[in-house]
Order: sequence, then C-alpha cells, then structure tokens
Amino acid sequence: MKFLTQTAIALCLVSGAANAANYIIDDNDKGAHAAVNFKIQHLGYSWLTGRFNDFEGHFSYEDGKLAESSVKITIDTASIDSNHAERDKHLRSDDFLAVKNYPKATFISTKIEPLENEKFNIHGKLTLHGVTKDIVINAKKIGEGKDPWGGYRAGFSGTTELKLKDFSINKDLGPASQTVYLHLHVEGIRQ
Amino acid sequence: MQYPKLIKICHWLAAFLIIGLFAVGFWMVDLSYYSEWYHEAPAQHKNFGLVLFVVMLVRLFAKLILKSPPPIGAKWERRTATATHILLYLLVFFIIFSGYLISTAKGQGIQWFNLIEVPALLTEIPEQADLAGAMHKYLAYSLIALVLVHAIGALKHHFIDKDAIFKRII
Repeated sequence: MKFLTQTAIALCLVSGAANAANYIIDDNDKGAHAAVNFKIQHLGYSWLTGRFNDFEGHFSYEDGKLAESSVKITIDTASIDSNHAERDKHLRSDDFLAVKNYPKATFISTKIEPLENEKFNIHGKLTLHGVTKDIVINAKKIGEGKDPWGGYRAGFSGTTELKLKDFSINKDLGPASQTVYLHLHVEGIRQ
Repeated sequence: MQYPKLIKICHWLAAFLIIGLFAVGFWMVDLSYYSEWYHEAPAQHKNFGLVLFVVMLVRLFAKLILKSPPPIGAKWERRTATATHILLYLLVFFIIFSGYLISTAKGQGIQWFNLIEVPALLTEIPEQADLAGAMHKYLAYSLIALVLVHAIGALKHHFIDKDAIFKRII
C-alpha cells in the first residue's frame, strides 16, 4: 500500500504540475508538522475542538506560480480525536462519520485563486461520509525556506467551513451546531 | 435445603441490576442530544454497572465458600444447569469488563457515584472503545437470551415438575 501511494505520488509529481516544486506533507509518520483540526459549537455556548491524527498528503507549490500548484490530502476518519473516548466512539459511529463504511476523507484541489498578501483560495473537491462537494479553503502562506537538516520546507494554514447536513451527517446537535470549522496547518518537505 | 441467605440476596440483586442495566443500556444509546437523560443515563449505567461488579464478586466468593444445596433433576438437566450458571457468571463479568474498557479507553477513569475514581488500567488498545463497545452490546444480548433460558428452566421446574428448585433461592 505504501509502495502504491508512493508510486501514485511519484506519478502525480511527474505528470501534474510540471514547474511547481513538489512537497510531501510532514504528517505523523514523519515529523508531524501538520494538523487537521476542527471546531464546532457546543449548544451555542462554547467551542468543542478536536483533530484528525492520521492523514497524508502532498502538494506542489512555487511562489508566483499558483496556477500550477495543487494539493491533495487523505484523512483517516477513524483517527478523529476530541480527547474523550466515548465521544470519539460516537463520532466514529453511523450517527456521524460512519468510519467502517467511509474510512477515508479526501480533498483534491481543482483550482487555486491568488489573493493579496500571500493569501489564496483553494477550490477543490472534498469527499467526506461518501459525499463529494466543492469547497473553498481560505489559505495563507506562513513561510518557506531551508531547514537546518539539508531540506527545504514550505508551510501554509487554511480554514474552511462545512455544513454537516451537506455531507449527509444528519444527527441533530442543535441549531448552533450545524457547521463544523476546519483549521488546517500544513508543512511540506520539498522532494 | 435452601441456598445460604447471602447467595440469595446476591442472586436477586444481580437479577434486578442485570435486567435494569440492560433496559437502560438498550434505551440510552438512542437518546437525542437534547434529552435530559443524555448524560445522566450513561452515568447511572456506569454507577450501577460497578455496583453489579461488587455484587458479583461477593457472590462469587460466597459461592466458593458457602455450601449450596445439591442439584436436582436428571443428569442432563444438572449438566445444563451447571453450564448455564457458569456461562451466566462469565458473561456478566465480560460485559462489565468490556463496559469499563469503553469508558476508560483514553485513560480517563470512571467517577463512581462521584466518590471513588476507578482508574483506567488498559488503554490505547487499537480501536479499543469500538471493539469493547461491540463486545459489550453482543454479549449483553447473549446474556439476556441465556437469562430467559435460565428463567424458563426455573419456572418449568416450579410449575411443571413441581420440585423445590425455585423455592431454594427465594
């Protein structure tokens, strides 16, 4: 599987963006300088936050060549972690993510639209709970440059919001808790 | 000959708790988030599940130490009864243990009636809460099926065979 993934990534690297440099996201198989976090309102009185621990992905990026840049992330839905065993079990169940049937969530970018000040909108398709929808991630470059160990890294953060019902997650958490906010922090290691 | 009083008390306490816990468990998993029982029912399920654990421990020791009346019936009936009894004990202990593993899967202990913290001892087994949850559910269904067999057997002895089996435990 690992080999297949790597081959697939290699193929993307060769075929996809010809000019933009290719990066592998520093996930928790590597150094874990990336996070897929979420928050949702609890009763309208506070925020409940959590994250997905296991994911992998890659992106291509070149300063000033956003049209040739792209990103793909695959998340293991079963790795959801809100720091509470019983809630996490419930979130994995058929009431929410149904991880037995939908073990992966994926985001594949379709277009990157530059804005000012190193900000940009990433348009793409998110597949979650078996439903694929077009979403937009409001992203921002944090920085890029050489790391102290001979590599080169670039990092971004992004936010987006999803209506649970849009992805056929119909369990009713109340009127204040219809939307989940995703906060992505991604560091890539150039290949 | 009657069962010793302690064994009788434990038997009926356990019977009452097992049926109550099953009913509450069956009902509480489908509660809506806005039900006033959403937090209270699971909390009491855990409280009384641990009460059952104590009752079962006392009962097990009582069984081992105190003298039970001799078995009644044909050889196959005695064997079936013994096998059912052992299986009932095993199922109850496995159900309690799997329930404990759900709540403590992430290292959080169980607050027993907000008095004693029962510590998390086994944590971070892959998919622990989900596996323990499935085990808890299906073993509970199995237990209730076996409880029916057990109860039907007892009633059959009492009303059809008209022997003393049922009277020994009441």
